Amino acid sequence: MTTIEHRFGPYGGQYVPETLMPALTELEEAWLAAREDPGFRSELDALLRDYVGRPSPLYLAARLSEQAGHTIYLKREDLNHTGAHKINNALGQALLAKRMGKRRIIAETGAGQHGVAAATACALLDLECVVYMGTEDMRRQKPNVDRMGLLGARVEPVEAGARTLKEAVSAAIRDWVTNVRTTHYIIGSCVGPAPYPALVRDLQRVIGDEARAQVLEAAGRLPQRVIACVGGGSNSIGVFTPFVGDGDVELVGVEAAGEGLDTGRHGAPLTVGGLPGVLHGSFSAIMQDEDGQILEAHSISAGLDYPGTGPEHAWLRDSGRARYVAVTDAEALAAFATTARLEGIIPALESAHALAFALAGEFSELDLVCLSGRGDKDLEEALGHMGHQ
Amino acid sequence: MTGVERIAEAFESARANGRRAALMPYMMGGFPDLETSRRIGLAYAGAGADLVELGVPFSDPLADGPVIHAAGTAALRAGTTLDHVLEVARALAPEVALVVMCYSNVILARGIERFADALVQAGASGVIVPDLPIEEAAEMLGVCDRRGLALVPLVAPTTPDERLGLIGARARGFVYTVSLTGTTGERASVDGGLAGVIARAAAHTEVPVAVGFGIATPEQAAAAADAGAEGVIIGSRLVRAAGEAEDPVADVGELVREFSVALRQSAAGVG
Repeated sequence: MTTIEHRFGPYGGQYVPETLMPALTELEEAWLAAREDPGFRSELDALLRDYVGRPSPLYLAARLSEQAGHTIYLKREDLNHTGAHKINNALGQALLAKRMGKRRIIAETGAGQHGVAAATACALLDLECVVYMGTEDMRRQKPNVDRMGLLGARVEPVEAGARTLKEAVSAAIRDWVTNVRTTHYIIGSCVGPAPYPALVRDLQRVIGDEARAQVLEAAGRLPQRVIACVGGGSNSIGVFTPFVGDGDVELVGVEAAGEGLDTGRHGAPLTVGGLPGVLHGSFSAIMQDEDGQILEAHSISAGLDYPGTGPEHAWLRDSGRARYVAVTDAEALAAFATTARLEGIIPALESAHALAFALAGEFSELDLVCLSGRGDKDLEEALGHMGHQ
Repeated sequence: MTGVERIAEAFESARANGRRAALMPYMMGGFPDLETSRRIGLAYAGAGADLVELGVPFSDPLADGPVIHAAGTAALRAGTTLDHVLEVARALAPEVALVVMCYSNVILARGIERFADALVQAGASGVIVPDLPIEEAAEMLGVCDRRGLALVPLVAPTTPDERLGLIGARARGFVYTVSLTGTTGERASVDGGLAGVIARAAAHTEVPVAVGFGIATPEQAAAAADAGAEGVIIGSRLVRAAGEAEDPVADVGELVREFSVALRQSAAGVG
């Protein structure tokens, strides 16, 4: 491919202050060159193999399968270095920043997984790193805050709004507007202005490329369903992309229904399907009021606590290629506990949403679930909620 | 008279009145409250504003620094809507040329045509959309042009010449030149490269070049005029006064008068 998509159907675009436009052009040109450059590719691939531990295993979850009544394979992104899929993107973008001559990195984080991944990549590649994080998320994800500090990153607390991921992204973009000449913004999901949604997808599709080959090898067939959680949607777009051409494979994105879709306290813009709009530089499915003010999302999992979503997901939904559903906080917590007890795997609360849907009883012959991250970071939050039940 | 014509006239009369640059104070609609914001706008007009920039509060203003962000948040918390801000516009438009500053999503939620119609009905002359670069602006420009409403584009110090050409050719009313690489907010001094930025912008457009972001004192406003600006936009300094002062209307009126004096021809050698 020699171009980078700016639009996915009607979605995407570049709704940002003029100050950033030249940087987006520079980034697009740099990525076009880098992804065709065998030297860059082999440097990244070597790091993914030797440092991240790729390929991540595909694991037949026998006891979960028994409980669900159908076969469930887990794509074990939780076994990556730093414990989530986020490192695939962070390493790729940090290498790209170095190639562009930018020595200062900024990132936003919700659950802290992307912040840790960015801080890790920056430590490895000797880059300065500043991570914006809402103070509510800093409270919920304290171990990751400590990790980032240890890795040499500066965590900038964000006090605006609900003090979660949305405000952290806004703060990072404002930093970028100010420091764009020296700074690269490693956005953590397939959101933001073009070329970010395509760039992040390109860097995350390694999940699906591996998983597709692995499931063919292990099961001798393609899955009936590929299931992944969707906040901004980077692990899901990464695992979906290589399966998009396989018409018989159903792609299911699982959003956060929070306290229930009818309560308004959720993070499920794709499932609810209201008027699309512009958030953080792209036109996509968002949560907004009738005046176009962005609403606060709610989810027990900080990584899904976001009122927007990647534009490519909005298009996969509208074009009918993928289906989007939502799982409540309580259902995710139940799947979190079940997976721990049956498989000895503590999933991230984000990934527990995908697991909850796989376990929900819809007929399937074979599910491939992206276990996007591990749940160590969530213990305090999850145990606190489970104690209340 | 169309909005485009009224803006041109405002720049003309500023020149005719001995102004080195048109004075364009910014205000946040609905801040500190709706009625006070209306009176602030009238105070701007009474104190010598040539144009007034009227901000529509938005939940996620990516181009704004902390002062204007906080003002927008406060206005939204107090229940301010686009229609409320348009009421303020209706009250101010007879007194002074008005340019509305509004983020993309508020416009899309209303619908581009309905939004533009509402602006025209309220008497606004133009609109600035800080997150709508030319790549995304074609439909909005067509809608505005059909109504004589000026879609005022922004250019930044980072904008390369070929983009300046594209933007300058599509500019209506004036070109809003961002004086610095950053968000809105007061700065200690005007960027040293400002004259170069203004000259580059002016070379690529037929309309006047105004400067904003970071201009907080009469001296900085005069420096911007010295650097070739045909209009000077004062934002955060005034919004801060609107939020902090005991009598915000009197206070912002006094501040605008000081800026007004600084932009007089005769002030050139004094300040």
